[in-house]
Amino acid sequence: MKKLLLTTAALIAAPLAALAADKPAELKVGVTTFLTGPASVFGVPARDAAEILVEKINADGGIAGVPLKLSFIDEGAGAEALTSEFRRQVESEGAHAMMGAISSGNCQTLAPLAEDLKVLNLMWDCGTQQIFEKNDYKYVFRTQANATPEMLATVLYLLKVKPDFKTIAVVNQDYAWGRDSWQIFSTALKALKPDAEVVGEFFPKFGAADFSTEISRLQAMQPDVILSTSWGGDLDTFIQQAAQRGLMNSSTFVIPLAESSLERLGSTLPAGHIVGARGDHYFLHPERRDDADFKEFMAAFEEKTGAHAIYPVFHMSQALAALEAAYDKAVAAKGGEWPSEDEVIAAFEGLTFQGLGREVTIREDNQGVEAQLLGTSVQTGDYPFATLENIMIFDGAALTTPVGQESVEWVSKLTPDYAASVKVDSYDR
Amino acid sequence: MNLTIFLLALFDGIAYAALVFSVAVGLTLIFGVMRILNVAHGSLYAVGAYLTVSLTGYILALGFAPVLAFPMMIVSAVLVGVLIGGPIEWLLLRRIYNKPEVLQLLVTFAVFMILEDVQRLVWGTQPYFQASALQAMGMIRVFGVNYTVYQLIILPLVALVLLVGLRFFLRHTILGKLILATTEDREAAQSIGIDADKVFLLTFIVGAALAGLGGALASPTTSILPGMGADMIVLSFAVVATAGLGQIEGAAFTALLIGLGRSFAVYVWPETAVLVPYLIMLIVLLVRPEGLFGSPTARKI
Repeated sequence: MKKLLLTTAALIAAPLAALAADKPAELKVGVTTFLTGPASVFGVPARDAAEILVEKINADGGIAGVPLKLSFIDEGAGAEALTSEFRRQVESEGAHAMMGAISSGNCQTLAPLAEDLKVLNLMWDCGTQQIFEKNDYKYVFRTQANATPEMLATVLYLLKVKPDFKTIAVVNQDYAWGRDSWQIFSTALKALKPDAEVVGEFFPKFGAADFSTEISRLQAMQPDVILSTSWGGDLDTFIQQAAQRGLMNSSTFVIPLAESSLERLGSTLPAGHIVGARGDHYFLHPERRDDADFKEFMAAFEEKTGAHAIYPVFHMSQALAALEAAYDKAVAAKGGEWPSEDEVIAAFEGLTFQGLGREVTIREDNQGVEAQLLGTSVQTGDYPFATLENIMIFDGAALTTPVGQESVEWVSKLTPDYAASVKVDSYDR
Repeated sequence: MNLTIFLLALFDGIAYAALVFSVAVGLTLIFGVMRILNVAHGSLYAVGAYLTVSLTGYILALGFAPVLAFPMMIVSAVLVGVLIGGPIEWLLLRRIYNKPEVLQLLVTFAVFMILEDVQRLVWGTQPYFQASALQAMGMIRVFGVNYTVYQLIILPLVALVLLVGLRFFLRHTILGKLILATTEDREAAQSIGIDADKVFLLTFIVGAALAGLGGALASPTTSILPGMGADMIVLSFAVVATAGLGQIEGAAFTALLIGLGRSFAVYVWPETAVLVPYLIMLIVLLVRPEGLFGSPTARKI
């Protein structure tokens, strides 16, 4: 009799249970990353990190009991191959979520596509601030900061450590990031330090192998500060050539992406230059380096790749942490049932999660609020390459363009006393 | 623009031109003799650079002096010529000399693609930097600006030696004369007993070694990373096409023209620096489609 009652109850409940999404055998996630091309300096370490992190997540029982399975798409193959593979993974392979992309251009292509395909897409590394300022997306989230807080924090750090500089020159790559980052940086500088003079603007082509002429001209100009938001081989080449010819002794370099080049530059990068990391990303993160999860990951990463973790590794950890946190939150909200996609997306609203850096929060416009770490290069001899001293971690909330505003316009209206309103923590090392 | 700035731009331009010439000269030699436009030249350049970096790193790790980086450049160039250039000519190009030009382009392009992936396989995707040779030479200070001796003196000197050496080799040695004779008329040369196959093989090895040498010379000044070959082949083509295909002295002149144009652009109007080499090429080819020094009949593509 009891059995009959139970069966009846189960039968009555069956249609209700069907409303809950079926728990999949595995959670399929497609990840776009650069495996070829110049940006593979970011994409390959990030993929390696993803593999380590997923192994750990699955060893701990997966996401809400479902193992995670990643498949990687090469962004280096071009936009057309990327979009068709993205589409294929969603439509034919039934990917539950996507993570794209590194390139800002690819993010701008994939965001509307994800919206069309109605698939959750985490923009896990790209920096363009325009995505959520120009569009309103339901399925697309960014699990890190964007170019605006990155550049603003760089200006603030520069003003804190070298408040009296008079002249600045810029050497950026001639493509969207080089131009956009300079626009934000120069606008912020004009607002926060109106007396700084821009004496030279150089945009050598992306992938340039030779900066000799620019360096000669910079030596003749002798600016107090030289900014370069370049990265990868371009930045390495520029720093090497500048160091070889003594330019780094006469000007202070501000290099917001140099955290990702520290190890490759070895002893070439002299002390006293301002290094950024596109967020609070540093393998010796002063607040995180003694934490067990951080240490465990860093050891595993070094063992797997033979190199130290750089910022895309942190970005990858944040995106995976966000995915895990959102599913956990949605499952909890549903009393343990597997959530539908809409319920997972609802969980992202105000979601807080922690990768390898500080906690990140997703805002109502789907933009992540992330802290920014900068430091000054120093050769201590502890590592065969430059590390950071005089580290400052800026709180992300006051750095991120308010919801509904456009970055350049917002930045241009800042006043010199804005600097005091940004919360900052300082560390010697 | 005052005199100081003018001279600085001149130095930068010459240093850059020297590097471009040492790559372009191999390309134009191969074309001049064999009538083959070798797209794989860019890869040979990159492999030369990678090899130099690896060999230099190796001997430095063994504790040898940094100045030994220079012989390593020559070793790398010879290795590229013999181990890669030789088999390419012997196994592939030899079969297609009488086929349409477009096939030759496709074959050398295929070799280029294969070699690009080989580089990735062997050296990975992370940039390399090995500047021991450059650092061993020190710096000189001119008008308050530091230049490396390597770029300001050694590179132009090497370029000059290459130019004069090649001229001498082609005009005043038996082997050079055999090459010129085969270039002039292959059948006639064969009929008087010249082994044309051997001459072509040798020319290709020398041309490939020159590409490797270009990479080796560039290696201390720049990051070695995937894609560097593609960049260089485009610029080399611009130089070779502007000069007229097969013109060695012309390539030297054009490299200088393009190098100076680029460096003056950086001083006067930086936004156009990227454009200048191609602008020069465009203007020259509009006026003289066969190139500055080319003769109309020498054109093939």
